[in-house]
This record gives sequence, structure tokens and C-alpha cells, in this order.
Amino acid sequence: MVPEECQFTKEHEWVFVEEGNVAVIGISDYAASELGDIVYIELPEVGSHVKQMDPIGTIEAVKTVADIFSPVSGEIVAVNTDAVSAPEIVNKDPYEDGWFVKIKMNDPGELDVLFDHSEYTEFLGEQEAADADEDDMEEEEE
Amino acid sequence: MSTTIFEKGRSGRRGYRLPENDCPAEGLELPVQRTGPVGIPEIGEQEAVRHYMELASKNYHIEKGIYPLGSCTMKYNPVVNEEIARLEGFAGLHPAQREADVQGALELMYGLERSLSEICGMHSFTLQPAAGAHGELAGMMIARDYFRNRGEERDTVIVPDSAHGTNPASVVLCGFKPQTIVSDERGLVDLDDLAAHLSDRTAVLMLTLPNTLGLFERDIDRIVGMVHEAGGLIYMDGANMNALLGIVRPGEIGIDIMHVNLHKTFSTPHGGGGPGAGPVGVSENLADFLPVPRVICEDGRFALSYKSEKTIGRVHPYYGNFNVFVKAYAYIRTLGARGLREVSENAILNANYLMSLIQESYHVAFPGPCMHEFVASAANLKKHGVRTVDVAKRLLDYGLHAPTVYFPLIVDEALMIEPVETESKETLDHFAGVMNRIAAEAKEDPKLLHEAPRNTPVRRLDEATAARTPDICWLD
Repeated sequence: MVPEECQFTKEHEWVFVEEGNVAVIGISDYAASELGDIVYIELPEVGSHVKQMDPIGTIEAVKTVADIFSPVSGEIVAVNTDAVSAPEIVNKDPYEDGWFVKIKMNDPGELDVLFDHSEYTEFLGEQEAADADEDDMEEEEE
Repeated sequence: MSTTIFEKGRSGRRGYRLPENDCPAEGLELPVQRTGPVGIPEIGEQEAVRHYMELASKNYHIEKGIYPLGSCTMKYNPVVNEEIARLEGFAGLHPAQREADVQGALELMYGLERSLSEICGMHSFTLQPAAGAHGELAGMMIARDYFRNRGEERDTVIVPDSAHGTNPASVVLCGFKPQTIVSDERGLVDLDDLAAHLSDRTAVLMLTLPNTLGLFERDIDRIVGMVHEAGGLIYMDGANMNALLGIVRPGEIGIDIMHVNLHKTFSTPHGGGGPGAGPVGVSENLADFLPVPRVICEDGRFALSYKSEKTIGRVHPYYGNFNVFVKAYAYIRTLGARGLREVSENAILNANYLMSLIQESYHVAFPGPCMHEFVASAANLKKHGVRTVDVAKRLLDYGLHAPTVYFPLIVDEALMIEPVETESKETLDHFAGVMNRIAAEAKEDPKLLHEAPRNTPVRRLDEATAARTPDICWLD
């Protein structure tokens, strides 16, 4: 998956739509580097039905745990068992080998609320800018 | 790295002599009968003593320096408590002795239960739970049976995102469904989100008070009112009770169930993971659900009572960790009511003093006065490529224990700091000085932090590999 062709959530997940309205889900490289070394991943069963923004799994890193939220509603049609058995591939290659699940979408219209790549980049920029503002304030205090 | 005591051993060495066996060989047969020698180290007494002295000197402990782990209340454990717990009349008891022969021990348990009830404003306590999370589970079981007894089907427990991590786990273990509610911009329970989650399915709101940001819930009256209005109970995780002694009595603000940690607030050692004690207190209408046996006093005689139809049953073999009760009771009686209040006042003062000393080098997640602990963040050092884990490892190079890190999860790059009341101003000044120096190092020479620790018996450990492919055997 090429990041430029993915859509993104505020939770730093990416969605890539394959043929037949199947959405491939993973986390962005920003999320992977923020989490740090991922040591354990729990994913849903194939065949389970999920709603948009349902928690569908868990990512455990050395010092933190995060939920995986489904960006779309539908049926889980595949899970990446390689990522479960070797979670480090998510850190190494979050957009290709490190995908999590494939969801057969009920309503592709749900994708409209997601960011495209440039909007996501802007979103990350805003977050960093917010951090930088705080730093400036701090430097003034000093 | 140190060698293990097994590696130090040599075949045939002995540091002990057993008395002649004067019991007839009884009963055990294959396959349970042992066929070879027990695999214990063969080592002389001097080598054994040196081995443990070496480990003790490499270890870090409260006798060596400040131990500012947030929400852990690593306070000094007064030696007098240890002396009293070692009195033969306490240390030599067997839990199966007759009540008539252990009146003093029962009186102590009764006195501790009454003291905790007085301190917390609760009707009664059970001393049985062996730790905080065990107390949470016992508390949830009490709530479950209370609603069953009333014929109410309530299956959800609301837990704020600033709660201790064990809270939702205890909820699930007891068969309830946890629901997370968010904190508002003050770091306190978001009342709108609480209102949105309360329903006739709500059994309990599980509140850590003060919360893990070191903040007291300013709206506690409204929170209690809203939960009670919805027919639910309020459980207070009292792990942070070190902020409230003599200042707030949880029972008086409407808390229905709570636990305290004797190994935090009441100065008994955390001792390598145990034993601890997490007594649970309840309001009067829940007293019948407490575990049995209860210690009762009739006509000046103490006894163990099993008379309770509604009890949740035992949660610990015999009566709990008795030796811990002795130390906690000694602490309470030594300090008295006034002394306990001073404990909390000084804990709060120390936390605010320390916060003021480091807040120019680190972000403070929620500025303003804190209770007994506060949450700082190393997020401002990210631009130098430095993270909280690097700050924590660098502290070890300066011979100091790191604070709790990466918790609570709602603060990025969190450093959760609880200095406790027993540390002196000089120790706090030193700790803050080192923290500020590390922040300066992060800007000038981040490599120092990335390579830390350099001065410890082992360098930085590969925690990711340890978690992914754990190898817990010392021999192949």
C-alpha cells in the first residue's frame, strides 16, 4: 500500500480500498513510531461483524497499550496472522507487511469522513505545531 | 551480572546440619515419591551470606534513596513496626490455634478494622484481601451480590480514563462490563460523559481518588449524587489515600465501598511483590456482604464469626496477611490522629514543592496545585530525540530510582512522580536538581541519555525482545 493512496483516521489508522469494496486496515508510520516497539497484537476473528469506530483489537507496546478502532463497518474477511506472530513487522513496514485486517464494507460512504493523505499530513502538522507552541511558551518562561 | 547461587554451589558443600530423623518413613509412593536429591544449591554459610549481601548492595530500595514511583507511595517503613511484628506472641502464632489462645491477635485485628473504619468514615472493614487489586475484586463481588440480592440486573461498571489500570481488570474478572469515561480539560471526570453513561444498567462507578493525575475530584458531591440517583454504588480505589488522611473521610462524601493499601498508606513494606494487604471498607447497608470470618467482640472477648447469610465468602485462606496487620496497626497507633493528618499534609506539600522545582524543565500535564503526586511529561524533549524512557534510564546513572513512566495513558510521555512525606527538603532538592540537569543534557548531549544507564550492573535491557520471546530459564 502506498500511503498517498490511503485514507486515514484521527486514531492514526490507514484504510486502503481493494476491489470488491474490501478495506485493508493498518496503522500509520507515525502511530508505529509513537507506540515504539510493538510486542503483542490482538485481532478479531474472521467472520465477525464490526461497526465504524468499534474497538476491534489491541496493540501492546513495551510501555503502552492502544485499541484498534475499525474505520468502517462490515465483516472481517481476513486477518494478518503474520503480524500476530511477529508484531515487529508492524514497526518495520506498517503500510505493507504490517496490515491488520481486511473488512468487507457495508457502506463505502463511511469513507467520506476519513482524511485523505494530504489532510492527514496537515493533521499531523497541526499536532506538532501545538507541541511547538507549548515549547515556545516554555522558552519564554525560561 | 551476578552469578546465581546455584552456579556458586559445589557438590558436597554444606552450610547446615539437619537433626536425626526420628519420624517413621510414612506413606509416599511413586510417582509422587522423590527418586533423586532435591535440586538445592550446595554452598557454605559464608558464601550464602556474601551472595545475598552482594545482591542487596546492587539492589535499589527505600533504605538506599528516594523511590518516587507515582501511585505506589514508597514511604519509609519504620523499624519499630518490624520489631513489634517480630514479637514472639505475634510471629510465633499458628492460624489454626484456638480463639482463647490468640485473644491478643484477634484484638489487634479488631482494633485495626475499627481504626480503618474511623480513618475512612466507613461502617466496617474486612482485612482479608492480600493486595489492592484483590480488594477491588472483593469490592466488585460485594456490589454484584448486593444487586443480586435486590433482584436488580445491573451489569456495567463505569471507570474514568484516569483510574488505576487494575480497575477495569477487576471489573471484568467479576463478570461486569467496564465502560470508560473521559477526563475533561481539568483532568477531572467529565460530568457530561458520566451522565451519558449512567443508566439502570450501571452497577458501580469506580473512582480513583485522588486520581492518577494527582487531582482531587472537585465535583465529588455532584458525581456521588448522579451515581446514587441512577441507583448505582460508588467504589473508591483508595491506593492514593496518602493524600487524604485526616482531611477527607470517604464515607462522609458518600463512598459506598473502598479499599486501602496497607503497604502504601500505612507504611508496611512492598517487599518484592508481597505480602501486601488491601482491606475493603463498606457502608452500613453493605456490611452483611463482607467476607467471613469477621472478628467480633462480645463482653470483652474476641471471636471469629461466620454468621452471615449474605457474605460473599472467604477471599483469603485463614484471615489475611496477619504480619502486615501488625505493622500497619503499630504505624497507626504510633502516629495517632494528628500524626496521620500530618502525613498527608506533608505528602501534599512535598509533591507541590517538587513540582515547582522541575516545572520549567518538564511540562506539567495539569498545572496548579496537586495532591500527593503529579504527572510531568518529557514530551517537550522529543524535539531533541529524547523520550521519557531515556530520562528514566539516565536517572539510574545518578543513583536515583525513576518515577512511574508512561502512566496514566492520557498524558503523552508521562512521568508520574510521588515523593511521599518521609523525604527531606534536601532529598527533594537533589532529585529536582538531577531532573533539571538531565533536561539540560537532553538539549546539549542527547547521546548521554540514549546510552543510559552506564553506571548500573547491567546496561539498557532489550525490553521488546524480552516481551516478544521471553526466556525465563537461567540454564539452557
